[in-house]
This record gives sequence, structure tokens and C-alpha cells, in this order.
Amino acid sequence: MQMVQSAVGMELGTGASWRQLYATAFRWMLLARVLDEKFASLYRAGKIHGGVFLGKGQEALSVALGMSLRPGDVFAPLIRDLAGRLAFGEPLLDAVRNYLGSALGPMRGRDGNVHRGRPREGLLPMISHLGAMISVVNGVLMARRFQNRLDGMVGATSIGEGGTSTGAFHEAMNQAGVERLPLVVVVANNQYAYSTPSHRQFACAALVDRAAAYGFEGHTVDGTDLGACLRVVGEAVRRARLGRGPQMVVARLLRLCGHGEHDDASYVDPRLKQSPLGRDCLMVAEATLRHEHGVTDAELAAWRSDAVQQVEEAVAQVQREPAPDPFAEDWCALASRHLRDMQSD
Amino acid sequence: MITYLEAIRLAQRRALMEDERVYIYGQDVGAFGGAFKATKNLAEEFPGRVLDAPISEDAMVGSAVGAAIAGMRPIIEMQFADFSVCGFNQIINQAATLHWRTQVPCPIVIRLPCGGTSGSGPFHSQSLESIYAHYPGLVVMTPATVEDAYSMLLEAVAIDDPVIFCEHKLLYYHLKAPSLPTTALPVGKARLAREGRHMTIVTYSAMLHESLAAAEELAAEGYEIEVVDLRSVKPLDTDTVIASVARTGRLLCVGESFPWGGVTAEVIARVVSEGFNLLDAPPQRLNSKDTPVPYHPNLWAAHRPTATTIAAAARRLLQM
Repeated sequence: MQMVQSAVGMELGTGASWRQLYATAFRWMLLARVLDEKFASLYRAGKIHGGVFLGKGQEALSVALGMSLRPGDVFAPLIRDLAGRLAFGEPLLDAVRNYLGSALGPMRGRDGNVHRGRPREGLLPMISHLGAMISVVNGVLMARRFQNRLDGMVGATSIGEGGTSTGAFHEAMNQAGVERLPLVVVVANNQYAYSTPSHRQFACAALVDRAAAYGFEGHTVDGTDLGACLRVVGEAVRRARLGRGPQMVVARLLRLCGHGEHDDASYVDPRLKQSPLGRDCLMVAEATLRHEHGVTDAELAAWRSDAVQQVEEAVAQVQREPAPDPFAEDWCALASRHLRDMQSD
Repeated sequence: MITYLEAIRLAQRRALMEDERVYIYGQDVGAFGGAFKATKNLAEEFPGRVLDAPISEDAMVGSAVGAAIAGMRPIIEMQFADFSVCGFNQIINQAATLHWRTQVPCPIVIRLPCGGTSGSGPFHSQSLESIYAHYPGLVVMTPATVEDAYSMLLEAVAIDDPVIFCEHKLLYYHLKAPSLPTTALPVGKARLAREGRHMTIVTYSAMLHESLAAAEELAAEGYEIEVVDLRSVKPLDTDTVIASVARTGRLLCVGESFPWGGVTAEVIARVVSEGFNLLDAPPQRLNSKDTPVPYHPNLWAAHRPTATTIAAAARRLLQM
């Protein structure tokens, strides 16, 4: 078994420590799933303005990335990365506040849902334009190189197979290759970009073949298998950290929800749902915990109840928080307030 | 004598010298010194801080945003303003929104060699200041003089926001000044380039010089034309413009960019809404023609405003 690094940088192999890592990952996945389901029900109840985008079916891949990173790394998650965000250290409250539009949230009501982050703490807030975050991560890494602080640091970002079709993706991958940056790009090939199936998205035999073209090392993984994700993503992050240049991981899986909660995903081929790709990574991981790691029903129930309690407490707290006030908003887009254009007043 | 281009090179040199957070990134800016030589010798003088970029405007700007988040102050050179639209998404959606969304400033400078020169054609001649000025979160500078090219570029580097720095290619070589400035107006303040009492021409960038030539021509006919150099189009110094119109009662706005909307329309809209009673005649505007910028010198000379067409527009306005 390959060595895997935990979120605190501990080298973990087989045995008890592997069980511990696996269980920790599972609990982040579970928390993400419970929170995602809460967002979905709040959306159906009309309590959320704007869209809701879930990570259902992608938690294993996402959490593997989040847990492979350390404080000091930089991470630009995408829309299905709640598990990875939590594992990287994003406070649960940030997610709840941003979805519910709390004035106390990280974006203070100026941006919503998955568009949140803490740039100063290495968590970059995504814009909607796919592929656009990769070069931003490159830039953070270039800055650290200028500052002689790059050693041992990794930048990571996620994207779907649809996002790999953008020019921004190509430019940024090529740039990372040219600069030989410690970048890890995790591609979730979840078979559909919104409704567009993969065969209408790209024509190469395998997306991972592109890695060599960009000067990346390429890896593939079964995204429904948490153990495989922890090993493969962990190894990619380890290699980037060791200075082996940029790494690309392509995971095979199926999105187990609509593009957003407004989408019933009726276009998803039922045969895919029945195939191994359609397995629910959370269920697969739970079965592994029971059968290989001796986790009991009582432990699993306690973990679920802990996740539910965290989510319910956060939602209850945020629902009492103030919404942003348009009359208190200063409506100035510039940091240099003295340069605001007065016509806007 | 120092040219407009050399002032830009020297400003970048000084920024690199005085601030270790500054680096320059763009196509051919390294050992080659840039397509126009605005970074000549800088890669040699500042090893590792003046970097050739792949032909990837989107990634150039995206990486600059990331570097700015991480504490750097990047200067991005677009080889021509026309190519900046390949990085448009990163400029308007990433750089321009970052501070407002996150309260983290985005201090980057994007240099746009802009404007028409004879023989350059539709894709090496554009003036894009109006496009960028449209977006909240950007500062758009349009220096018309050697002194402003130098002092405003230094100020652009110091500003905590993304700055679109429109430097006019036609001014690069022929516009000269005896020395670098030691003082400067702050960004956001327009400058009275010529005083007069019969009409105000509001303009910026290379059109300042065409407008001053037109004013000179009209002086021979007995008209005293006031010329306001906006210096930056965002922020736009409406106060200086309106103060001038209050003195003259007549307004002509001149810009080199395409005629639909844009800086000249914005200036007139503000003067009409805030200073309607100061006007003795309908305000006028003069821009390029509403076609792509032509290649042939005969066509190009007729496509953009010149001293001759500005003087003609001014005479019409003076008769109204």
C-alpha cells in the first residue's frame, strides 16, 4: 500500500492509523452529506435564495483532496467540494452562512452558496467561469516562489470533466507545467456537465492522457472508492510537495444529484446508475468500515447523530443572524475608496 | 529627452527597484525586452522578476490575481490592448470582483499598449478604455503625457486595486519631455491642458494632442479653446469638466474609441444631468467611426478623430 498523508502531514500506512484516517475521512463525508441534504431541504422550503449545488457521490474524491492538504497550502474548491472544504478547515458556519445569506458570512451577502472562501487563509472563492481558478492557484504558488516560501507547499484545485473543455483550463494547465508548480488538479469525471454527456464533451480516449501534454504526472482513480481516493490523491499531493511538478488526478464516478437542486437529472442514463460508477461512495465507505475495520452500528449511529447535531445547531444559529442591510452597504467596489467614481453615489 | 515609452520603462524599473513585491509578466518581456521594448534590460537588471509568459492572456491575469492575493504587486504587459480581451474574463470577473467579494485587495496593473497607428489594422489598434471603465472594481488610466505615463504608472503599482493602464502606442516614440516629473496630480484629477473661454474640449490619451493642435488652429481664427485632459477615465473627474463648462458654455468630447457609448458619452451624460443650465449649445462628441480600425493609412487617417476633424466639429459647435 502506498503511503498517504493526513491533514496534519502524518505519514500513514496500513493498520490502525489507516483505519483512523479512513474513519476520519468518512466522518467528513458524512458531515458534508448531512449538510448537503439540509441545504436541499431548506431550498425546497424556499429558505435559500439562488441555487443549491450538492456534492452527492463526489465526497470520497473531495475529502481525499481536502485531507491531503495542510495549513499553508492553497485550495480552490469547486461546486461539489463541501467534504473537501470541511476537511481542509473551512468552518461549517461559513457554508451555512453563505447559503442562508447571513451578513456575518465570509461573503457578507455579496456572493452566495458555493461562492465563498477565505483567500488570506488559502481557501480561494470560486467564480462561476470554469477553469478560471486554476491560474489563480498558479499565481499564489508563483508568489510563494518569489517570496522563497514555496518549499513544501502545494496548491490544489478541483474541476469536472466539462470544465476541462475551457480555454482557461488549457492555459492554466500549460502555465503550471511551464512553471513546474506544485499544483494538484483533481478532475471529477462525473459523466455529465449539467446535462451534457462526456462523449459530447471530449474526444480523447481518457482525460488523463492530457496530463503528459501539459507536463503533468497523471493518475486515475475510482472515485466511488474512498480508500483508493485517499491513496491516489494523497500520493499526487505528496509528489507535488516533494517537487515532482504538477499532478493531475482523474476520477471516474457519477454525479448522484442534479447539476443543482433545480435539476431533476432525468437525462442521466439509468444504466450508469446501475453500473459500478453509480455506487454511492458514502455507502461503499460505510460498508468497508463495517466489514474491514470493525466499526459497529452504534459507532456509525453516533457519528451520524453528531453530524446532524452540528448541522442543526449551525442552521439554528444562522437563521437568527441578520441579513445584509442595503442601507448599511457602502457600495464601493474599490479598496482605494478615494478613487471611487462619484457618479455611483 | 525622455520618450513616453522610456518613461514607462523607467517607471517599471523604479517600481522593481523600490518594491520587492513587484514583478513583470507578459509575452516577450524577458530577455527580449518586450514587443515595444518597454521592459528593455529589466530582466537582466532584476533577475527572476521579469518573466516571459506563454501566449495565455487568461492565465497571465488569473495568476496575477493569485499572486496579488499572496502579497505581490504584478505588472502584466499585454502585447497589444487588443489581446487583453483573451484575458477579459479574469480581468472583469476575477480581478475586478475580488475585493468587493472578499475584502482582500487585488493590486495588479495591466498595461495595455492601445490606440491606432498607421498600418496596424483591426487587431493591433483598439482603444478599450470604455469597455474596462464599464466594470465596477477597476481603475482605468489613460495618460497623455510623458510625465503622466511615468507618475501614473508608479501610482498604478501603489494602488490596492486592479488598474488598466492604457498607454498609447502612437505616443511611444515621438512624445518627449526634458526630464521625469518630480510632482504629479493625483490619479482621479483631470488637468487643464489649455485655458480658454469659448469652448471646452474634454479628451484624453493621444486625442489630447490632436485636440491641442485643433485649439491652436482655432486660436488663429480668434477662438480661445479650453482643453481638459481627463488623465484617468475611471474615476472620471466630473468636477473639473463641469467647472470648465461653467466658464465656456460649450462642450466637445473627443475620444479615439468606437462611438457607441463609452467615455465621451459618459462625460456628456454627466454634464447634461448635472450642469444642463451651464450649456449654451448642445454638447457634442467625436469618436472614431463605427467600423473596425482600418489598415491602410488613407483609411486609418479618416477613421479616427484628427486635429482637422476636431477643429471642424469645434467650428460647428461654436456656430450653434
